[in-house]
Amino acid sequence: MTAIAPAAPVRAKRVLPGFGLTMGVTLTYVGVIVLLPVIALVLKGAEIGPERFVQIITAPRTRAALQLTLVAATMATIFNALYGLLMAWVLVRYDFPGKRLLDALMDVPFALPTAVAGLALTALFAGNGWYGALLQPLGIEVVYTIWGVALAMSFTSIPFVVRSVQPVLEDLDPQYEEAAVTLGAHRWTIFYRVILPAILPAWLVGITLSFARSLGEFGAVVFIAGNLPMKTEIASLLAFIRLEEYDYNGAAAIALVLLFIALVLLVASNLLQARAMRYKGKGA
Amino acid sequence: MKTRLLAAALTLGLAAPASAQDAILNVSYDIARELFAAINPVFAEKWKAETGRDVSIDQSHGGSSRQARAILEGLPADVVTFNQTTDIQVLADAGLVDENWREAFPNDASPYYSLPSFLVREGNPKGIEDWDDLVAEDVQVIFPNPKTSGNARYTYLAAYAYALEVNDGDHEAAQDFVGRLFANVPVFDTGGRAATATFAERNLGDVLITFEAETAQIARQYADQGFEQVTPSLSLLAEFPVAVVSENAARNGSEEVSKAYLDFLYSPEGQRLLAENDYRVHDETVKAEFADRFPELKLVTAEDVFGGWEQIGEEHLAEGAILDRLFVNQ
Amino acid sequence: MRPAAAPGALAPRPDQRVAKALIAAAVLLTIAVLVVPLAYIFHRAFAQGFQVFAANILEPNTLHAIALTALVALLTVPVNIAFGIAAAWAIARFRFRGRKALLTLIEIPFSISPIIAGICYLLLYGRQGLLGSWLLAHDIQILFALPGIVMVTMFVTSPFVLREVLPLMQAQGSEQEQAAVTLGASGWQVFRRVTLPNIRWALLYGAVLCTARAVGEFGGVSVVSGSIRGQTNTLPLQIELLFNDLNIAGAFAAASTLTVIALVVMVLKTAMEARR
Repeated sequence: MTAIAPAAPVRAKRVLPGFGLTMGVTLTYVGVIVLLPVIALVLKGAEIGPERFVQIITAPRTRAALQLTLVAATMATIFNALYGLLMAWVLVRYDFPGKRLLDALMDVPFALPTAVAGLALTALFAGNGWYGALLQPLGIEVVYTIWGVALAMSFTSIPFVVRSVQPVLEDLDPQYEEAAVTLGAHRWTIFYRVILPAILPAWLVGITLSFARSLGEFGAVVFIAGNLPMKTEIASLLAFIRLEEYDYNGAAAIALVLLFIALVLLVASNLLQARAMRYKGKGA
Repeated sequence: MKTRLLAAALTLGLAAPASAQDAILNVSYDIARELFAAINPVFAEKWKAETGRDVSIDQSHGGSSRQARAILEGLPADVVTFNQTTDIQVLADAGLVDENWREAFPNDASPYYSLPSFLVREGNPKGIEDWDDLVAEDVQVIFPNPKTSGNARYTYLAAYAYALEVNDGDHEAAQDFVGRLFANVPVFDTGGRAATATFAERNLGDVLITFEAETAQIARQYADQGFEQVTPSLSLLAEFPVAVVSENAARNGSEEVSKAYLDFLYSPEGQRLLAENDYRVHDETVKAEFADRFPELKLVTAEDVFGGWEQIGEEHLAEGAILDRLFVNQ
Repeated sequence: MRPAAAPGALAPRPDQRVAKALIAAAVLLTIAVLVVPLAYIFHRAFAQGFQVFAANILEPNTLHAIALTALVALLTVPVNIAFGIAAAWAIARFRFRGRKALLTLIEIPFSISPIIAGICYLLLYGRQGLLGSWLLAHDIQILFALPGIVMVTMFVTSPFVLREVLPLMQAQGSEQEQAAVTLGASGWQVFRRVTLPNIRWALLYGAVLCTARAVGEFGGVSVVSGSIRGQTNTLPLQIELLFNDLNIAGAFAAASTLTVIALVVMVLKTAMEARR
């Protein structure tokens, strides 16, 4: 985030009041609500011991769950990357009736509780649902397969790519494109050479966030996944099941792996965001 | 504005019913929803008549082991009504329930029992009559996850016991049989009721295996779909043990009403309510009265076939034991 | 922020066929993945007529779940607004060591599974958890009661307000505020007269998103609620419970109320963006 520094000049002197108060509030709240529970998890993880920890996370069922989570999240993210890019492009570059509504709809998955999404998607794709009735005769099974997992993940993380790319695309200075046209460049070349590099960092931020959200998605997935060990059991559900089996070590180990992945993705997205900002700074 | 909303929220009934002088929380297994919805008002009336006191009874339902874990973590249950002795034993081991809880009530603290039974679709198109029909290639079987659901553990053990019986005690053949059964299950829900929803609402599977009480009730509730109950030739007796969570009850001052609540399940009135909800009971009069509801079959017990729950825990349910091998490597 | 001319106005004229194809693809895809699922929720909620729907919504346990969910949101959102403002002020207006680390810490809840949040709380406040025996000795019930539900919801929603307010405060810089201080305004006056009007809409937007998330929280709350009927079931949990009661119409009825909330959020957000 320091990359934003040019926009917010460094203040050596503390003219403004309230540092103590706001910092105190922030640290207390983050400490009690976020840090303390996370520390409890880390302590539990430390209790397990490295050998057992490795044993838990390399057990076939855990590996399968982590693999499924990663593969399904990748599938979901690929769809969202393309769909999000399409939506951002269409919403910024074209005018057509119903555009505002379409734009507004993009936020629905954020506001819609994931359990509701799960309930609706499962019923919709079940054999007697609207989509299921169409797909099942074709031999396409979505509910209780990896496709269902990916579908639920994709639905709940739709807004990330759209909302990351949209503002950058809006701010994109048309003069580069004009110059390219003057130089006789083909439309596809323009997109590839001029537009894509400009929106790439923002696109990647959206993709990273979408991927992170997909990895963590629970409510929607458990409704639709079928929870078949080794086949459609996602990692956070396995952690949940381990809890129900009184296997606290198992639950904590899996939770720690997921926490670690989330942290890595967070840092990656912050670095990307910093790059995106720098690019914007240059363009403006 | 906010305070008014808050007040509205509170008046909507967030506060516990103020009039009740006694309150208990019954933490129970997943499919007992309708059962206790039927029993609680009758008990409350009786309690009022006997003591002049009002009692409010809260219910929590979920997979039996999940519920036990929640109590270990502090869910303030006064009584537990579970479907597996091991889940109460866990509480006893942690000191929440009296060590000798099995002697605290008659019949090893199990006021009623049931057994894993089948529910098939209208006309029984796959011709399912017994356990060995379930491992045919084209049969899809629905039951919940045996790692989280006591209901499914009985199914697992009943299938195993059946296979032992027909294979003259050959464990290898029995495990092969159960492995093939697992291979026919397209989805493992975490609780018994979710499995029922999968079968009845999402139209998945040819046969649902769950407690007889559930198959009977679902057959009635979905009469228009024509589900048919099928009782296998052999099944495993499923106890439904109860206990007062003494530590919580002592803190809540609810020991007396908790005990009375569980005693009520043994009374003729309670036994009749249980039988009406398709649970098998011990009371001879009620038994005779409802005899036509409960087909005869060979019922074996966990003690007979597997040497008791402790041994089942070690040989079958422990991490990496037989269930894990069959379930995870299917 | 927008350039004066519509973006791309002077850029290559879009090929009409490509434009039409892309718009059609966008509209059709959106209908398929977003509109149909939403419509399906209402279709199922009202499949048995309005009376059944009303009966399902007015069922005491569902009403209680609605009230509890509202209460949780009412407790969570103001706290998160206060936190969001305080953290944004500290982070945007001052430089200090560990600023980045603090930001990452604050964002953790955003990217981890709520289930993990629930597990963390269980390991901390559960009877067998770090503070379990102390809480028990003092007869304090956190898990399986309102405090636990509220705290997990706070965990899950804590970054929402900050995420909206912080970038704005960073972009605006602090010249106006410094000027006000130089003119002798107190800290509180600066905040009320200068900062707040500037961040008003971002703050409101963050609060709306935070509310939506708080109302819909499922995974984390399901770990710590204990699902006592009519006591500790929030609306999303009530949906699961109704579904497992085989009351599918009831589940969809409850789901439809949450969907209405989501649609209201959508409208509010669009309205606010127009104001910004």
